[in-house]
Amino acid sequence: MVLNNLSWRFWRVWQRNFDVYKATWKVNFIPPLLEPVLYLFAFGIGLGGLVQNVSYMGRDVTYLAFIAPGLVAVAVMNHGFFETTYASFVRMYFQKTFDAILSTPLTLEDIIFGELVWGATKAFMAAVIMFVVLIGFGLISLPQGLWVLPLSFLAGMAFAGLGMCFTGFVKNIEMFNFPVFLFITPMFLLSGVFFPLQTLPGWAQVVARFFPLAYLVSALRGLLLGRLEISIVSDVLVLLVLAAASCYIGIVLMKKRLLR
Amino acid sequence: MALSFEIPGDPIVIRAAALSKHFGSTEAVCGIDFSVRYRECFGLLGPNGAGKTTTVRMVHCFIPPTSGTLNVLGLDVLRQPRLIKARLGVCPQENNLDPDLNVWDNLRVFARYFDMTGRPAEQRCEELLHFIGLYQKRHAAIDELSGGMKRRLMMVRSLLNRPELLILDEPTTGLDPQARHQIWETIIRVKEQGTTVLLTTHYMDEAEHLCDKLLIMDRGRIIKEGTPRDLIAQNFSRHVVEISSADPSVIGVLRQAGLAFEISATHCYVSADDGVGTYRFLSDRFGEERCLLRMANLEDVFLKVTGRNLRD
Repeated sequence: MVLNNLSWRFWRVWQRNFDVYKATWKVNFIPPLLEPVLYLFAFGIGLGGLVQNVSYMGRDVTYLAFIAPGLVAVAVMNHGFFETTYASFVRMYFQKTFDAILSTPLTLEDIIFGELVWGATKAFMAAVIMFVVLIGFGLISLPQGLWVLPLSFLAGMAFAGLGMCFTGFVKNIEMFNFPVFLFITPMFLLSGVFFPLQTLPGWAQVVARFFPLAYLVSALRGLLLGRLEISIVSDVLVLLVLAAASCYIGIVLMKKRLLR
Repeated sequence: MALSFEIPGDPIVIRAAALSKHFGSTEAVCGIDFSVRYRECFGLLGPNGAGKTTTVRMVHCFIPPTSGTLNVLGLDVLRQPRLIKARLGVCPQENNLDPDLNVWDNLRVFARYFDMTGRPAEQRCEELLHFIGLYQKRHAAIDELSGGMKRRLMMVRSLLNRPELLILDEPTTGLDPQARHQIWETIIRVKEQGTTVLLTTHYMDEAEHLCDKLLIMDRGRIIKEGTPRDLIAQNFSRHVVEISSADPSVIGVLRQAGLAFEISATHCYVSADDGVGTYRFLSDRFGEERCLLRMANLEDVFLKVTGRNLRD
């Protein structure tokens, strides 16, 4: 049913969002650029001064090199999730943008899928900015480091999809605080961004298996530190399944919300 | 204007049969039948909650009917919404212009949803901005526009794709008289160009001024249907004398004289075919300053058939 009503016209919604983005690009560009620099400075240089090298897959790496892939992953999560929660909610609820588009040949499936792809695009753009900064710091081993970019888009779809699932049923915009504090923040802290997951107690490692971010961190770290392991394939597969499922459920929930 | 569907023998643009819409246990529209003919301006009237907006939303494929059939431009709303929407223009009750974009981009981006791009789309946007006199404002933000300007922009946005059917849900609610008349002129010009129009309104003068055919709805059902002229002729005498008093003494006189009248809290409305004679009689009794003679209008019919009680 969802697939029947989906067409290439979703691209028109992406174009609409990109037009708005371009009109205010300076404002849109600065936060994703400052964010990685601040993180690298605070965690890598500040905290890194206290922390000795981290052992990763039987190899010693600097703390900065250890957390850099995690910071890319966090940026992907934040930008993808934010776009389809707060930003999509504003467009849907306050601006009635979706209602207006519904009177054109686009279907609701086109609109929501366009929003999801746009959310993934924002995540991708954040990853690109971060990528460039990290190259400047010499923290990316090329060429396999380039795989970070398509993977960021895929993970962006997964986090955008998860965000859309929440947008499908929250009553007001303040309610997004729940997924942010109960889901995004724990994920940020406990997905192996700042320390190897193996240092956590067993039960916490089990919990981390339910965190999508943990899979992204693990895959990106393997790619950036030049450790191509078979586990990267399984991480990518998990993200792929999650992206497909969350986007599908997100569209179904939004349809239920908007078309009674 | 392209009128591809103008096939002889099928002059019906909208055909609704036993059309119903339920929201949970609320029956917003209960089994209505109506049809709108090609090039007609068809008006839906009714108090708040009558089911006008729900009906209109089903026509532009915004919400699916619960039961019954609804064909628009010869297509089924449930099976071919995309094809229908490509040929419609919709101006909903609430303005939903895109506040993230300026006036020009609102039109340009909206045209793109209809796959109108490049120079032809730009020409259409320019043409329409001139048409409603907003060309000078093309770089303005939506927040900078007045209520009337926003409404005019909504109106031309719905004309971008040269629709065969234009749907207007309360096009002039909340506008000043100047803006209202401007919207009316626009509607009439669009109609003259061959577009069929479906509109809802609370203003009887608007309905009388614009509509060829009317449908009065109440509580999800159709209660009257016809041309404005016929509705008045069939449901009311030709003239009305308004008396600005609902005093028992006044009522007593009217009863004694055997006149047909209605009472509100502050006025008596006497209906009469011989308006002049009745007016003379009543103004002699109550004074000219308290009596007013006028033609019966659609509002009289509306209040008669839907009652004077508030609905919200």
